[in-house]
Amino acid sequence: MNGTDALLLARAQFGLNIGFHILFPTITLALAWILVYFRVRFARSGDAAWLATYKLWVKVFALTFAMGVVSGITMSFQFGTNWPGYMTRVGNIAGPLLAYEVLTAFFLEATFLGVMVFGMNRVPGWMHVTATVLVAFGTTVSAFWILALNSWMQTPVGHTVAAGGQLIAGDWVAVIFNPSFPYRFTHMMLASGLTASFLVAGLSAWRLLHAPEDGAALRTLRTGAVIAAVVAPLQVLVGDLHGLNTLEHQPAKIAAIEAIWQTQKGVPLVLFAVPNEAKQRNDFAIEIPKLASLILKHDAEAELKGIDHFAPHAPPVAPVFLAFRVMVGMGVAMLSLAWLGTWVMRGGKLAPRWILWSFAGFTFSGWIATLAGWLVTEIGRQPWLVTGVLRTSEAAGRVGEAPLGASFTGYVATYALMLVAYMVVLTHLAGKGAQR
Amino acid sequence: MTLDLPLVFTALMGVAMLAYVVLDGYDLGVGMLMPAADQREQDLMVASIGPFWDANETWLVLGVGLLLVAFPAAHGVILGALYLPVAAMLIGLMLRGVAFEFRVKAEGWHRELWNWLFWFGSFLASLAQGFMLGRMITGFEPGFGYWLFALIVAGGLCGGYVLLGATWLVLRTEGALQKKSLDWARWGLVWVALGVALVSIATPFASETVRAKWFDFPRTLALMLLPLASLAAGIWVWMATGRLKRGAKTAEWAPFAGAAAIFALAFAGLAYSLFPYLVMDKMTIWEAAAHPSALIFILWGAAVVLPFIAAYSVFSYWVFRGKARAGLYD
Repeated sequence: MNGTDALLLARAQFGLNIGFHILFPTITLALAWILVYFRVRFARSGDAAWLATYKLWVKVFALTFAMGVVSGITMSFQFGTNWPGYMTRVGNIAGPLLAYEVLTAFFLEATFLGVMVFGMNRVPGWMHVTATVLVAFGTTVSAFWILALNSWMQTPVGHTVAAGGQLIAGDWVAVIFNPSFPYRFTHMMLASGLTASFLVAGLSAWRLLHAPEDGAALRTLRTGAVIAAVVAPLQVLVGDLHGLNTLEHQPAKIAAIEAIWQTQKGVPLVLFAVPNEAKQRNDFAIEIPKLASLILKHDAEAELKGIDHFAPHAPPVAPVFLAFRVMVGMGVAMLSLAWLGTWVMRGGKLAPRWILWSFAGFTFSGWIATLAGWLVTEIGRQPWLVTGVLRTSEAAGRVGEAPLGASFTGYVATYALMLVAYMVVLTHLAGKGAQR
Repeated sequence: MTLDLPLVFTALMGVAMLAYVVLDGYDLGVGMLMPAADQREQDLMVASIGPFWDANETWLVLGVGLLLVAFPAAHGVILGALYLPVAAMLIGLMLRGVAFEFRVKAEGWHRELWNWLFWFGSFLASLAQGFMLGRMITGFEPGFGYWLFALIVAGGLCGGYVLLGATWLVLRTEGALQKKSLDWARWGLVWVALGVALVSIATPFASETVRAKWFDFPRTLALMLLPLASLAAGIWVWMATGRLKRGAKTAEWAPFAGAAAIFALAFAGLAYSLFPYLVMDKMTIWEAAAHPSALIFILWGAAVVLPFIAAYSVFSYWVFRGKARAGLYD
């Protein structure tokens, strides 16, 4: 067996699984809180339209949540099957964080989701509101633990190294609240806010294209657009802070993001280029002089470390550079549409059809931005799995190519079926609209 | 006195795994019984497990999570050796998990497709779990006989899940479907009895360690309480379903309780056979354990959180007590 191929397959399989999984929590994290809003509006007003709205979006939520649960169960197995070296070396830190996620979040979400979805006529109103809040709280707690672990892998602190090379947590508070955690957690929550609000706005716009008089859909379109209009600029701010934090703790990732090959002063901002890994330079580059130094160091003449400084422990430039531009480009487009839509619909005005089509087209835009951002941060820390501690190649398993290939095929087929069915059902639900 | 952390975590993991097989067992069993029911009954069957399946599967995540966390060395060995059955189980669980959601929203042949996938996923996951158990018992030994043994265990576990699913439906449904469920329960029981008997006879042949542990007089006499109690639980299920079939007054929870008892007893027998090994004859719980600092940290969390989990699980079963009704989302 060729070790490189097996490593590539193991990474591709895990990347596929985690990339598929992340789609659904990205929606449910914020959609859960949007549901709390719908539910409270109904509790306050007793208005049947809010109830119908809540019931429609609970269906979307339950479906999305189920997709997240089943793909998440897969993840819990693949940590061990695909990355045994990871668990051997850092299991004493990763394990407890994952265990806390299960104990404090998974059971809470799963149990109260049952009450939330099926129990409206079985429990008093206040208890149902509480169940809705607990589900939202549970999803946020879940994100807290998983991002604590991911951030620790990016910027590991608070540990000691034992005799066998295993990492032992010295200070759990330091491990959990590691330097990149506050930024990453906020960045992810806001990303979810954008993804969910564009999903709500997009599916509502789709409904309005078919039934322009549907008041409930008009209201949810407005809700989605306004949330997006508020969250998008916040995300720009947090994204910038996150970038500065990355420059401090993972400068190699920044070098890849900005395609800075050689350490230099007064670094230009590369708007677009085709990074050439072989020749260590950018082809067809469009640059703005000194802007990268200005943005990252707030000084036009400041020095930035290039890939040459970090080699051989430097990430591949092209995917990080390109994915970053997809993320930022998508973000700018989402910000523009959210502001434009909110402006056009101000004071209760009806949305013209081109705005409806735009929102409908942007239904899953959050997925593209989130996946791109995830590629930036995960490929950007290569060749490390845990920065400075454990290389990805050291953590891979010794599963043969045949079982890897067989299971890989099975996963791809299953995910493709699930994803197509998910999008069809969502569009179908949205087309029918909220039912009184 | 110092706490034997690996032992404590073995117990915790055991509780999580037992909770998983009984709880997800009944909803997997209901899934496997789908083809035997008509469309209206299928809706009721799914409605009876709708509020619970997700939390039930969380016990698997906890069980595997504890294995991963507390016994990282064993986790790698076990899941590496079981790579393909694990993948099959995961694909099965995925298909049936989303089929819950898709089947109620689909119409026409789409609905039929998701019904079929719900059955198929439930069956695939159950079969894979039984197969994994069979491989565990023999310490992943190669050879045709050992694979055959694992297949027999897989068949037995499917029977067990069908028994759990059918007795769950006895508790949660009424009228014609309940009558059908009583018959399914009896078929399941016969299937389980055959499976347990085969596995009990085969295991001492398949593993010398197990043979030595069970056939060691006079300890054997005390150990015989386990199979005797299982037999009693089986007879209890048979009698209770018989009385319910005749319309005599018997608690509707009695067959399910009996089925759960059979699982608990079989689990105790397996635990006794394996202990102190996590990987049969190769790795003990102490050899596989993680660093105490990690274990203590989790233990604190578990001690604080598990009572809450138990409390709100009970709350959820209380909210959804009584017979299942169609119209899942209303």
